[in-house]
Amino acid sequence: MTTKISFRDVVKTYPMREGTFTALDHVSLDIADQEFVTVVGPSGCGKSTLMSMAAGLVEPSAGQVLVDGEPVAGPGPDRGVIFQQYALFPWLTVRKNVEFGLKLADLPAEERRRRAERAIELVGLSDFADALPKTLSGGMKQRCAIARAYAVNPKVLLMDEPFGALDALTRVQLQDQLLHTWSQDQRTVMFITHDVDEAVYLASRVIVMAARPGRVQRIIDVGLPYPRTEEIRLSPEFGRVRNEVWHSVYHQAPAA
Amino acid sequence: MTAISAPQRKTGGGAEGRRPRRSIVLNLVAVVIGLAVWTLLASVGVQGMPGPAEVAARAVELVADGTLAMDALASLRRVLLGFLLGTLLAVPVGFLMGWYATARGLLEPYVQFFRTIPPLAIIPLAIVLMGIGEVPKVFVIFLASFLSSVVATFQGVVDVDKTLINAARVLGASDRTIFLKVVVPASTPFILVGMRVGLGSAWGTLVAAELIAAQEGLGFRMQQAQLYYDLSTIFVGLIAIGVLGLLMDRLLLLAERRLTDWQERR
Repeated sequence: MTTKISFRDVVKTYPMREGTFTALDHVSLDIADQEFVTVVGPSGCGKSTLMSMAAGLVEPSAGQVLVDGEPVAGPGPDRGVIFQQYALFPWLTVRKNVEFGLKLADLPAEERRRRAERAIELVGLSDFADALPKTLSGGMKQRCAIARAYAVNPKVLLMDEPFGALDALTRVQLQDQLLHTWSQDQRTVMFITHDVDEAVYLASRVIVMAARPGRVQRIIDVGLPYPRTEEIRLSPEFGRVRNEVWHSVYHQAPAA
Repeated sequence: MTAISAPQRKTGGGAEGRRPRRSIVLNLVAVVIGLAVWTLLASVGVQGMPGPAEVAARAVELVADGTLAMDALASLRRVLLGFLLGTLLAVPVGFLMGWYATARGLLEPYVQFFRTIPPLAIIPLAIVLMGIGEVPKVFVIFLASFLSSVVATFQGVVDVDKTLINAARVLGASDRTIFLKVVVPASTPFILVGMRVGLGSAWGTLVAAELIAAQEGLGFRMQQAQLYYDLSTIFVGLIAIGVLGLLMDRLLLLAERRLTDWQERR
């Protein structure tokens, strides 16, 4: 399988009052085309920074980030980003939010409307297409944000703890919905989370990161079949992988 | 610098619908008690103090001979002209200061310095330099509304949620689009609050400006009445100033509600 996203020896440092703070220390990681990868780690491990580099919102201090073999130079609509805080434009309705990126792509009004309609339908918000974000629940807001990202048809999805602020039930529903969509379009997903269950349930590979300095600790192959079901979530194999991930996240040896 | 907190400020009124009847009744009771106390004070002989009836009679006279309307119009004209010019300049300048660090560096010392000077303190200078006509009064009002609007706009631009800007960038928005489609709408609530503060300070400045040198206007009329010990006219002037100020504030509040209805209010 071809590589979709490639981090090559990526370093990110921030100047401090004394010396520098190393957020990411020589991280190398390849994400294959059509792969669903989750990244877990304690806070401060640089997992969000890593994703932001693929999004083009943060530049590496050293090393390279490649998407489809091309070095990332700034953000672009080929990489859809979902933020934890939803980041919907509160003055626009659901439909207008979803059309935002399509307008930037200079699509004709008809095509724009059709694609927005389809994306809204995909996330099940058709009844709320003309509602303002303030009237939506957290889960619906995030579904709208997902529709906005899907609408421009990006090559990869970069998700930064997208379900972190939602209640447990809504979170599970959105996980299933996301997997369902992914099983249909097989779009490469890089999904950041601090929830070990979520990381294992969604991914084919879990990247475990460690903090101070931020680095890749371990890469764990989940090895469970898709489609993932409740049965899988409750199975002993799932528990075993979860324990393994849990252990490497929370019982990390301090950096040498 | 004063932090201006637009978004999560309002409770009561509009969003929750109309005020409960109970509180309207209490408001009316308060007004009646106030009038009674006023009548009492006037009748037990605070020297020269007119009662509500006398003031009402004087108000009828002033309305009938057109003086009140003329004065009110003169005052409103000045305040609206100065306020409009001030706001029209403040919004682009505020955007410049919020968006370009260079503009901020160049303009902020002046804005911050002049903000510490009450606009009224400019009046003596304005009269010497611009005479006693309309120009110095409009100028002082312009300055008062400019300064409060410019700071609010600037603050609004600086406070735009960075995630919203990033969300636009990852969808492929250029700087120009981000400015027009994200920064401008996101800072509108701040600008409108700044305008309300600006209008309030413009109104206050106006009346004081008219106290000093004018041929017509509510402030001028009160100044004249003071010379003739005509307290009734002073009361009419005060009430007119209060009512007009309140009306203008409510109008802006209404505009604010309509334009920023998308805000989540807590």
